[in-house]
Amino acid sequence: MLSIISPLMRLIEIPMLALQRLLGINRLAWVFLLPNLVLFGLFAFLPVILNFFYATSGSDNVMLADRPYVGARNFVTLMDCSSYLDPNTCREDKFWRAVWNTSWFVTLQVGFMVGFSLLTAIILNRDIRARGFFRSVFFFPVLLSPVVVALIWKWILQREGVMNAFLDWTGIGGYNWLVDAQWAFTWSVFISVWAHMGFYTLILLAGLQAIPRDVYEAATMDRASPWRTFRRITLPLLSPTMLVVLVLALIKGVQTFDEIYAFTGGGPGTATTFIIQYIYEEGFAGAPRLFGLAAAASLMVAIVLLILTLIQLWVNRRNADG
Amino acid sequence: MSRIFSFLTATRGKGRLHWTDWVSYGYLLFGVLLMFGPVVWLVLSSFKTPNELDRFPPRFLPYAQDVAEVEGFEEPLLLFTVTEGDLAGQIVAQTRRAAGRAEVVLPDDPENRIRMPAANLEAIEGIAFATENYTSLFERFNFLRFFWNSTFITVMATLIMLLVNSMAAFALSKYQFRGRTAVLLMVVGTLMIPQTVVLVPLFLITFELGMLNSLWGVIIPGAATPTGVFLLRQYMITIPDEILDAARMDKASEWKIFWRIIIPLSAPAIAVLAILAIMWRWNDFLWPLIVLTRSENFTLQLALNSFQGELQTDWPSLLAMTVLTLLPIAAVFMFLQKYIATGIASTGGK
Amino acid sequence: MKMTTMSTTAIAALVAGAGMASAQEVRFMCYSDGNECEVYEDVLGRFEAENPGIDVVIDVVPYQSILENLPVQLAAGTGPDIAKVTDLGGLNEYYLDLAPYVDREYWEESFGDTLDWYRAGGDDDGIYGMHSQLTITGAFVNATLFEQAGVEMPGEGATWDDWAAASREVAEATEASFPMAIDRSGHRVAGPAISYGALYFDDEGNGSFEGFQPFAEAFVAWNEDGTMARDVWASQGGSTYQDAAQEFINGDLVFYYSGSWQVGRMDEQVGDFFDWQVIGSPCGPAGPCSGMPGGAGVVGFEQTENPEAVAAVIDYLAQEDVYAEVTARTRNLPAHLGVAAAGVEFENASPAAQDALNAFAASLPDVSPIAFAYQGYASNRAMFGITVERLSQAIVGELTVAEAMERAEDDLEAAMAEAN
Repeated sequence: MLSIISPLMRLIEIPMLALQRLLGINRLAWVFLLPNLVLFGLFAFLPVILNFFYATSGSDNVMLADRPYVGARNFVTLMDCSSYLDPNTCREDKFWRAVWNTSWFVTLQVGFMVGFSLLTAIILNRDIRARGFFRSVFFFPVLLSPVVVALIWKWILQREGVMNAFLDWTGIGGYNWLVDAQWAFTWSVFISVWAHMGFYTLILLAGLQAIPRDVYEAATMDRASPWRTFRRITLPLLSPTMLVVLVLALIKGVQTFDEIYAFTGGGPGTATTFIIQYIYEEGFAGAPRLFGLAAAASLMVAIVLLILTLIQLWVNRRNADG
Repeated sequence: MSRIFSFLTATRGKGRLHWTDWVSYGYLLFGVLLMFGPVVWLVLSSFKTPNELDRFPPRFLPYAQDVAEVEGFEEPLLLFTVTEGDLAGQIVAQTRRAAGRAEVVLPDDPENRIRMPAANLEAIEGIAFATENYTSLFERFNFLRFFWNSTFITVMATLIMLLVNSMAAFALSKYQFRGRTAVLLMVVGTLMIPQTVVLVPLFLITFELGMLNSLWGVIIPGAATPTGVFLLRQYMITIPDEILDAARMDKASEWKIFWRIIIPLSAPAIAVLAILAIMWRWNDFLWPLIVLTRSENFTLQLALNSFQGELQTDWPSLLAMTVLTLLPIAAVFMFLQKYIATGIASTGGK
Repeated sequence: MKMTTMSTTAIAALVAGAGMASAQEVRFMCYSDGNECEVYEDVLGRFEAENPGIDVVIDVVPYQSILENLPVQLAAGTGPDIAKVTDLGGLNEYYLDLAPYVDREYWEESFGDTLDWYRAGGDDDGIYGMHSQLTITGAFVNATLFEQAGVEMPGEGATWDDWAAASREVAEATEASFPMAIDRSGHRVAGPAISYGALYFDDEGNGSFEGFQPFAEAFVAWNEDGTMARDVWASQGGSTYQDAAQEFINGDLVFYYSGSWQVGRMDEQVGDFFDWQVIGSPCGPAGPCSGMPGGAGVVGFEQTENPEAVAAVIDYLAQEDVYAEVTARTRNLPAHLGVAAAGVEFENASPAAQDALNAFAASLPDVSPIAFAYQGYASNRAMFGITVERLSQAIVGELTVAEAMERAEDDLEAAMAEAN
C-alpha cells in the first residue's frame, strides 16, 4: 500500500510547491482546504441550502421546480401551540412530543455516556493485564450496525425474550419492558450508551495517555489522595479532549435515530420518538411526504444545535482563559 | 493456571492488590459480559431454525428435533419418547398427527402403527447447528460480488476521506488566514445536520451529478463528513508549532511538512478516524439504498435487508448474513486497534 | 453457478457490454415475501428463451426500497422499468398504460375489478398493473386450545364480540397468554372497522375517518382488559408494522387476525404442534363480516425506454398458465379470475394449509364494497399510517379515543392539503 502512496505523494508535491511559490505560505492554506470545501460545499452545505427552499415551499413534489412558494407557513405550523410545555395543545403535537423526548433523552444520554466512558477510560488507563483485549471489548459494539444493535436488544427485551426468560428462571418474574413507556425510554438510553460508549472511551483514553506520567509522580510524592489527583490533575489536563467528547456526544445524541427507530419504532405511542425520526417520517417514510414540514423542522434543530455548541465552545474558552 | 492467577493478581505494579484493582477487574469483567454477551447470542441464533428462533423460553444453544429414516417412509420421521401408557420410555417415530392424536411406529417395526394422545409424546432433541442458513446464502446469490462492492466503497471512501480531511484539518490548525473562523464555523455547522434529514436534497444533487447507480455515488458524498475534520483539527492543534518552524528552516515544502511530519504525528487520531470511516461506510444502509438500485451494484447491507419483505422476514438468512457481514469489520478492527495502541503509546508516553 | 442479479443472461450482458446494445434490457425491481422473486426469475428465464431480444434483470431489493425510495426515483426519472408494488393507486401517475400492447378483453375478463386499484379513478380505463398476489385478511384460530378448554367455537356469522368472549374463555381455561391479537397495521384493522361501521369515504369520495370511532373504542377497551395482546400495538411507535405470528406459533394465542400470506409460515412452523384453522372475518354491529383485500402487483413505468418489451413481460406473467404456475409455487391466492375458477393446487402445501387457503378464498365474496374501494384509494397509505399512529396513542393512554380520532381527522386534512 505504502509503495503506491509514497510516489503519489511525491507527485503531488510538484504542483503544490509551484503553488506555494505563487501564493505564499499562508494563502496555500486554501489549497489544502480546497478538496474538502468542494466536497463539503456540494454534499453537506448545498443540501442545507436546498433544505431551506424545501422549508419555504409546499406540496409533496420532490422536484423543487414543481413546489409552490408558501413563505413561512411550515414554520408557523410547527410553532402553532397554546403552550409549548404541553404537546397536546400544539397543532403538530408529534413534533413537540419529539422535541421534549429528545431533550430528556439527550440530557440523560450525554450524562451517562460521558460518565461511563470516562470511568472506563480511567480503568483501562491503569496498569492492568490484557488491556488490549479489554479495550477491544468495550469498542466492539461500536462496530455493529444500528439495525443489528436494535435487533439484538429487541430480542433480549421483548416479552418472550432472553431477559424475561432469565428473570422467570431466577423467580423474579418477567416484565413486559417495551410496553411500558418509561422502561422503553430507559432502555433506549441504555442501548444508545451501550452502542456508542466505546467510541468516546477511545478518544478519552488517547487524551489520558497524553498526560505526562511525571505529573502523577509528583502528586504521589505529595501524598495527594486519588480523588484530589483526579480533580486537580486529570480533569484539567483532559479538558481539551473532554470538549471534543461533549460536543460530539451532544450532537450525536440529538441526532439519535437508527437504532432506536429499529428498536421501538418510537413507541410505545410516541414515548421514544425523537426529533430525527419525526423528520424522517414526515419527509421521507410517510405518505404523503411532507418535505416542507420536515425541512423546516431540520433547520430549527440545526439552529438550536449550533447555539448549544457555540455556548459550549465559549464556556470552554472562558475556562481556559480564567 | 499460573497465568490466570497472575492475571488476576495484576496490580498497579506494587505487588499487593489495592481495593481499586478489585473494583477495576470487577468492572471490566462485567463489561465483557455486557458488551460481548449479546453478540455471542446473535452468532448462536444465526445457527437456529425458524422454529427455534420463535421459541419461548429461548435456549442458548441451537436445538433441533431428532429424526430417523424408517423403512417404508419417504421422509425422515420425527422421534419422540413416550411418557405414558404401554410403551412408556420407548422411542417412537411419528407418522401422522391430527386433532391431538398421533400415529406412531417403533423404528424397528414400521408396519405396526399405533395411535395415542399426542400429549404422551415428548420430543427428542439434540444440539444441531443449522448450517444451511449459511450455505443457502451462497446458493441464492453471489455473495462475493456484494462483498467486493462493499469493500470497494469502504476502502475508496476511507482513503479519500482521510486524505481530504487531514489536509483541511492541517490548514485549519496550522495556518493563520482570513476566513479561517468562517470555514471552521461551516464545518461545525454542517456537523449539526445528519444525513437522514437531507436525504432528498442529497439525492437530487447526486442525481444531477450523474452519480446515481454507481458506486461513486456512495463513495463521494460519504467522504464529506465534518466529524473527521473536527476530530483531526482538535488533535493537530496539540502538535507544537516549533516542529513546523524547524522544518521550514530546513527549506522543506509545506506539502512535505504535511506529509512527512503532520501525518505521522497524527497517526493515533488518523487510526481512530480510519476505524470510524470504515465502520460507517461498511454499515451504511439508508444512503446506498437510495443511490444503488441495480443488484450488481448492491452492498452487503442492501443484500442483507432484501430478506425483509412487506409481511415476512426471512430471519435465518438475515441473521446468517449479519454475522458474515460482521466478520470482516471485526477483523479489520482487530488489526487496526494495534496501531491505535502503539500510536498512543509513542506520542503520549513522552 | 448463479450470477448476482439472479438473471441467467446477466453474465452475458455484463461481458458483452455495449456489443449487446441491440438486446432490450428490462429492469424488474422485486421484493420478496417468501419466494416470489425466485419464481419470477425462473419463469422469466423461459420468457427470455422465447424472446431473444429481451433481457429481463430482476433486482431483489428490501421492501423499504419499494415503499420509500421508488417514488423518489420515479419523480427524478431514474426508476426501474417494472416493479412489484403495494402502493397501487398512489403511484398511478408513473404507470405505463399497457392497453395499446395487450389484449384488453383478455385482461378485463381475467383481472376484472382489481384493474381498478391501479387506476386514477374517474373515467380512467387504462390497464396498468397485474395483481400478482391477492391477499385477504382473516383470522387464524388455535383449534387445539379450544378443544382443551372444552369451549365450542363460534360458528358462521359470529361477531367480534362472540369471538372475543370465546377466546377469553379459552385463554383462561388453558395456558395461552393471550385471547386475541390483530397485526399492527392500518390495513389489518380496516376490515373489522368496516364491520363496526367505518365508512372511510365522505360523500364526495374523499378519504375520511367517518364512523371509525366505534371500532376504535372497542379495540382500545380490548387492549385495556387484556383481550388483545397489548404488546402488538403498544410496544411500537410510528407506523411500524408488527405481527403476532410468533405468539400464535408458540401456542400462546387463541385467535390471531392476520391474513392469507401467513398460511405458508403457519404451515411450516406450527407443523403438527397443534391444529389451526382459518375462519375468515367475524361480523360486526354494522353488519358486514368484511376482511380487507390487498396484495401486490406488477406494474410498468412510463419512463421506460422499451415500453413494448415491458408490456410483453407483464403480459407473459398474466397468461393463465404462467399465472397459475406462479400462484401455485408461491402459495398465493389468485387474482386471475380464470385461474381462481379453475382452482389452484398449491405446491408443497399440507392439507391444513390447503384448507386454510380455500377458507380465505371463500371469504372473498364477503368483502364489503367499502373495503374494496379503500384498497384502491390513492391516499390509503396515508390513512393506514394515521390509523396506526393515533390508535396506538389511544391504547397507551397518550390520548383519549375521542382526541385520537380528532387528531386523525386533522392529520388526514393536512395530508390531503399537501398531496396533489
